[in-house]
Amino acid sequence: MSGHSTYQPQNGFMKWLEMRLPIGGLIHSSFVAYPTPRNLNYWWTFGGILSFMLGVQIITGVVLAMHYTPNVDLAFKSVEMIMRDVNYGWLLRYTHATGASMFFLAVYIHMFRGIYYGSYKAPREVLWILGVIIYLLMMATGFMGYVLVWGQMSFWAATVITNLFSALPGVGETIVTWLWGGYAVGNPTLNRFFSLHYLLPFVIAGVVVLHVWALHVAGQNNPTGIEPKSDKDTVPFTPYATVKDGFAIAVFCILFAWFVFYLPNYLIHPDNYIPANPAVTPSEIVPEWYYLPFYAILRSIPDKLAGVVALFSSILILAFLPWLDTSRVRSGRYRPLFKQFFWLWIIACIGLGWLGSKPPEGVYVVLSRLFTAYYFGFFIIILPLLGIFEKTKPLPNSISDSVLKAKA
Amino acid sequence: MTMTRNLIALSLAAGVAIAALPAAAQEAAPPSPPRLTWSFSGPFGMYDQAQLQRGFKIYREVCSNCHSMNFVAFRNLAEAGGPGFSEAQAAAVAAEYKIKDIDDKGQPIERAGRPADYFPSPFPNAEAAAATYGVAPPDMSTLAKARGYTRGFPWFIFDMFSQYQELGPDYIHAILTGYEDAPKGFKLPDGGHYNKYFPGHNIAMPPPLQDGQVKYDDGTPETVDQYAKDAAAFLMWAAEPKLDQRHRTGFQVLIFLIVLSGLMYFTKKKVWHEAEAPREAAHGQDPAKTTL
Repeated sequence: MSGHSTYQPQNGFMKWLEMRLPIGGLIHSSFVAYPTPRNLNYWWTFGGILSFMLGVQIITGVVLAMHYTPNVDLAFKSVEMIMRDVNYGWLLRYTHATGASMFFLAVYIHMFRGIYYGSYKAPREVLWILGVIIYLLMMATGFMGYVLVWGQMSFWAATVITNLFSALPGVGETIVTWLWGGYAVGNPTLNRFFSLHYLLPFVIAGVVVLHVWALHVAGQNNPTGIEPKSDKDTVPFTPYATVKDGFAIAVFCILFAWFVFYLPNYLIHPDNYIPANPAVTPSEIVPEWYYLPFYAILRSIPDKLAGVVALFSSILILAFLPWLDTSRVRSGRYRPLFKQFFWLWIIACIGLGWLGSKPPEGVYVVLSRLFTAYYFGFFIIILPLLGIFEKTKPLPNSISDSVLKAKA
Repeated sequence: MTMTRNLIALSLAAGVAIAALPAAAQEAAPPSPPRLTWSFSGPFGMYDQAQLQRGFKIYREVCSNCHSMNFVAFRNLAEAGGPGFSEAQAAAVAAEYKIKDIDDKGQPIERAGRPADYFPSPFPNAEAAAATYGVAPPDMSTLAKARGYTRGFPWFIFDMFSQYQELGPDYIHAILTGYEDAPKGFKLPDGGHYNKYFPGHNIAMPPPLQDGQVKYDDGTPETVDQYAKDAAAFLMWAAEPKLDQRHRTGFQVLIFLIVLSGLMYFTKKKVWHEAEAPREAAHGQDPAKTTL
């Protein structure tokens, strides 16, 4: 998407079009000739996997919307009728529901990879921040999609999450009423969630275009964290990256299919097969697995407002990562201390995920607080200090050097 | 590679750390339902037609006196992957039910059911349903998927690989067979029934099944245990009528994806051959001196 295109139109029509709209050159320079570091490992295929998953979610979602009814009396029934009476409706719905989990699984791996290899460091700060925005949009979209089913968990998750805003001093209650479109979660809430759930994926797609644009201006990071110095450090995107991403997507689809066809309800809480009932509170209200770490952070803090602030900070802090990490060395591969703190942070994230599914009592609260403290400490204490005190390992001269040394 | 190894080490470490935790916050959780063998479990699992027919018989003669099943229509009985009724049989079943309707002059009438009708509710509304036992008996359309029990760590991880999905049917069977006398010291509220597997042990539903209550024509034992299994299997079908098709399609999709992945792998190998094993390195030259 940048620089002069080397694209040479082959036939008359494309020559004619290229004079008027150079879309062939844009595609060619972005997805064919675009130089990609030759040493990317499979953790770098998750960008392609995520694009694929966004496509899957939009296509299945558009078809589901043709059969779904956003009304409190009909929503649950319409989902069941999709599963029972629409041709391959069960496949559409299970693909979409499982797809959300797969999307989040892929985005977490993508983010962990970015953090491990320092992909957020200059000149990729904007690229990284766009990624954080996409992630926030995904969280909003996923949450609203879960509410659309209008089962017990949908209803009570909507109640709990929207109520978070009531913690804001002064304006809290007003904001919550405004979000609901009434004095409780009800039909207006469901209607607007449906509208936004349909809108936001296209906003995500738009920000993805910016994300890819920023990526193609700055160039991809790579496992060594050093910039390509010459042509021998890179390979053209097509066929190298396309075939590698294609292989990774096919393998990812095996995992995806495993859940869609054999474990479609594994990730769905049984209570969400009970129609929403405002008069009956479920014995436990738990969010989808991909929100559990944040739920644990929220509940680890005894004060409601402070908990909500911590919840939002835990996501927003990611946007400041490029400036919190003071190290000049990008890749965790050459940072022995960072590596250890990084894996501890991963354990904290997974631990918080597990604690989010547990009742907030006894030893679980203590652990939640420990992990929450480490989660934030990693960003605001460890990363800034590591840049100053850590003794890093020597960097290779170039990407091709590191590749050939590994092979020889 | 390093990252992969680290990941494995990490998951092991996390596993040990979590397993070592004391089992905190143990409330009086009911025992886990016994795990049964179901014909529809696993990647090749299919419903057992005869079992669904027996289960339907129990639903019709026992459950349907109190429980609605709003999302199941009579025509579903004749659809592929179900109890295997013929269309005529499904129509005959439908005809035995009275359906509320209006005639062409707008007057309320009751007519015989048709295959396109849904199973009618035993009660006119939720209040009437709740009147007898204090709580409305739950609708049975999705019941087998709306019930389960907590598996906990590490079992929920193993379940991903063993494809254990039958928590609902196991739970329903356990409830139906779990009635017993309340232990000494357990205060059972009026109208409650003690059930070993029900959370809190106090269930409003009286024991619905007795040995010999429903006649089986195929020689299957007429015991509560067998009734419970058949009813649970039928409810699983009611909740997930496309399971057979899902399993069959899933196998085809997986075979396709595995072949596709294999082909993609070898294509990738071929395309990357030169970049991954450059001639200079393969010939044992010093990489630093090559012009690659």
